[in-house]
Amino acid sequence: MHAMDITSLTITQAKKDLKEKKYSSVELTKAYLARIKDVEPKVKAYVTVTEEEAIKNAEEADKKIAEGEDLPLLGIPLSIKDNFSTNGIRTTASSKVLDNYIPPYDATVVKKLKDAGMVLLGKTNMDAWAHGSSTETSDYGSSRNPWNTDHLPGGSSGGAAASIAADEALGAIGSETAGSIRQPASWCGVVGLKPTYGRVSRYGVIAMGSSLDSPGPITKTVEDAALLLQILAGADPHDATTGINSVVDYRKNLTKDIKNVKIGIADDYFEGVDPQVKKTVEEALKVFEQLGAHVKKVQLFHPKYAIAVYTILQRAEVSSNLARFDGIRYGNDRSFFGDEAKRRIMLGTYTLSAGYYDQYYNKALKVRTVIIDDFKKAFEDVDVIIGPTSPTTSLPVGATAGQAMFGELADLLVEPSSIAGLSGINVPCGFSKEGLPIGMQIIGPQWGEETILNVAYKYEQENPLYKIKPKL
Amino acid sequence: MKNNYTPVIGLEVHVELKTKSKMFCACSAEYFGKEPNTHTCPVCLGLPGALPVPNKLAIEWCIKIALALNCGINEYSKFDRKNYFYPDLAKGYQISQYDLPFGHDGKITLKNGKEIRIRRVHMEEDTGKLSHQEIDGKKVSLIDFNRSGVPLVEIVTEPDFDNATDVKEYLEKLQQIVRYLDVANADMDKGEMRLEPNISLRKGEKQTTYLKESDLPNYKVEVKNINSFRFVEDAIKFETARQQVLLDDNQRPTQETRGWNEDKQKTFSQRSKEDAQEYRYFPEPDIPPIITTKAQIETYKKSLPELPDEKAKKFIELGFSPYTAMVSTATLPRANYIKNSFNWAKELDIDSMGTVNYILNKRINDIPNVPYKTMVEDYKKQSTVQTVDEGELEKFILEVINENEKAVADYKSGKENVLMFLLGQTMRKIGKKVDTEMVKQLLIKKLS
Repeated sequence: MHAMDITSLTITQAKKDLKEKKYSSVELTKAYLARIKDVEPKVKAYVTVTEEEAIKNAEEADKKIAEGEDLPLLGIPLSIKDNFSTNGIRTTASSKVLDNYIPPYDATVVKKLKDAGMVLLGKTNMDAWAHGSSTETSDYGSSRNPWNTDHLPGGSSGGAAASIAADEALGAIGSETAGSIRQPASWCGVVGLKPTYGRVSRYGVIAMGSSLDSPGPITKTVEDAALLLQILAGADPHDATTGINSVVDYRKNLTKDIKNVKIGIADDYFEGVDPQVKKTVEEALKVFEQLGAHVKKVQLFHPKYAIAVYTILQRAEVSSNLARFDGIRYGNDRSFFGDEAKRRIMLGTYTLSAGYYDQYYNKALKVRTVIIDDFKKAFEDVDVIIGPTSPTTSLPVGATAGQAMFGELADLLVEPSSIAGLSGINVPCGFSKEGLPIGMQIIGPQWGEETILNVAYKYEQENPLYKIKPKL
Repeated sequence: MKNNYTPVIGLEVHVELKTKSKMFCACSAEYFGKEPNTHTCPVCLGLPGALPVPNKLAIEWCIKIALALNCGINEYSKFDRKNYFYPDLAKGYQISQYDLPFGHDGKITLKNGKEIRIRRVHMEEDTGKLSHQEIDGKKVSLIDFNRSGVPLVEIVTEPDFDNATDVKEYLEKLQQIVRYLDVANADMDKGEMRLEPNISLRKGEKQTTYLKESDLPNYKVEVKNINSFRFVEDAIKFETARQQVLLDDNQRPTQETRGWNEDKQKTFSQRSKEDAQEYRYFPEPDIPPIITTKAQIETYKKSLPELPDEKAKKFIELGFSPYTAMVSTATLPRANYIKNSFNWAKELDIDSMGTVNYILNKRINDIPNVPYKTMVEDYKKQSTVQTVDEGELEKFILEVINENEKAVADYKSGKENVLMFLLGQTMRKIGKKVDTEMVKQLLIKKLS
């Protein structure tokens, strides 16, 4: 078997190749497993590599391909963030509390991917319980940024983003509560799509912020993200918060002309941003103008107002969602919780307690509505809002030590759209002098995935940074 | 001098709905007597990632109960999380309702005309069941999650009761209503209806008006583990006496939860409620709010069956005595059966009231096994006076006289009432309904 160069592959390309029998799924999968063995010591993207399962999936896929079956992901190797329940396969949320937990059921997302024929390479590392924006709070050690392994991949879907940047998977599934897809995608120079809250089922995803969690794809290219979203999107009878809005064809209008698309930029979303990041995103905006889109200013609240709202709502929900981990029915007992989890539980409990509920939780709910309305108003004026995803590029390992609010400050620019339940996508738009990726986010209204994918795709065509690889 | 105290009692009742599936998942809700942990799934086991999906029928039934209790219905309602730890509470919180329950401000009217105000009617999920056992010499606590997630409707009254008899009547009425609606079996010994009275004592006489907030005692004792209506009365009696002793001694009874021990016929302290437990209620983010339109509420109202009180009233209008009306309307199937029999008897020109009494005297638990038309025929048959052959009758009478020498002697010696005994014996021999007076006269003739 000749060594495959998988680093140039995308899901779209690999699907074509498999169909044309350029190689088999087993060959493809083995190539990824070999790559994982090769670079994992440096990248540490995975908590669990499911080698046997992967080969089995690939063999089944090859059989189906031979029989002429055509499923959307048939034979395609993916990685899945370790907060998605996978039947019979260890699922830890990167916490020692669940070190030995094996779910007896699949998350809806996992089931959909299985039904689409995917090959599961393994479960990726994350901030424990998704509490973070760096992957440093993982109980299994930090993942590393493939562009500089002394740096962090971001979080909480750090392992997922790293697995794509390092070509340790063809596609990845992550989840975002406030930035956990877009920010690591930005730091790792890959595409990360946060769908509208309720677009993708949360059933089986270990809950962090119930009113915020949005599962979504992390991929090399925008087209791949659209492909994965197509499989994941849709109402789920197991999740009462999924929307009944019809699922459109997300790839159909990728190539649509964006002449006359109105792009909004808000000055406050560029404030306090690293000068290199700011400059790179501003240059990206020029590309949109060249493509015929109209860039105009929009009025939005300063993103800093979202921090308090997000902190309170999320931690309140976290404090309740973690209550089930008492070690009685599964997992280890509460003494296995890490410090960050404990901090969040305490703060969340406090904001919900008698005498404080009104001034914290209830107030946060009200401000949330105000932020939702603020965006609604802006989207009457523009089709999408664009700005930097993260105020900085990837930070070095150890940067989050002693910084209890690191995540909330790092995710400043994505928190408002997360609280409002909107759709958003990170697209790589450049590199810093230090060689670290810079990402820009395109925010759309609720159910606006089609629009942001279109805008993202058109940009990517002009600036296909996915062709540049990290040296590992 | 001993003070005069009046009980102040409020009731909290939990009714298990008899839906096929649980409140937030598709598991079977019929858990009673089943092998432990066989009716479970990720949702009711509180596995990581599981999500609740509300049972529409359960909500509909809860609203119907609220309507039957004359409640206002909140058009905008929601579920809330009640956060606390207990091993039988899988998620570490119970999905319940806090400030926007489905039903609010209803009432039940007792026989004596007293109106008991119902503060709220809301939905929640049941917990698992703990069982403390000894296995291999070790004391263990086992948890059965079959019951976890079963739909419960909680009905809370204002502290409007001042005696145990009214409490019992209210509970029986409530049980009857949910059975009429066919939404619950409410068998107390199966735990399908659970009672928690809150009991305290107030200085002063009974009042005919509702107590003001400022009149309420500054404590209340909650009593749990009461498994029958009779025990409610016993528990109230015991608590009232216990609290009276403390109050007479100038001590305020501790605000706490006490358990009823039916063997010892006393309550005992379970846990102090001096500091109300912090439940940190917040709106359940996994379940969108529930909107019930005015039109839907109207539809639910129209779909309610005629309730016991109304039915009894209609029966009284038809000529039933209040007692007969009450017995006839004990259950909805019986009320229908009685009504049908009554009407059919009328059509056949048979004594309809007599038919009703005939059926009720059979003392069957619910309704007879025979169709009502057959039952009416039966009554007609056995109530119609039949004829008896004169020669046969004479034969019977002579038999009775021969078989009852002592009785006959007693009669002849002046004990007149022995005649009834001899008449009874004669009637038995005849075996069918005949003109009693006629038989009596002939008997007298033969005896003389």
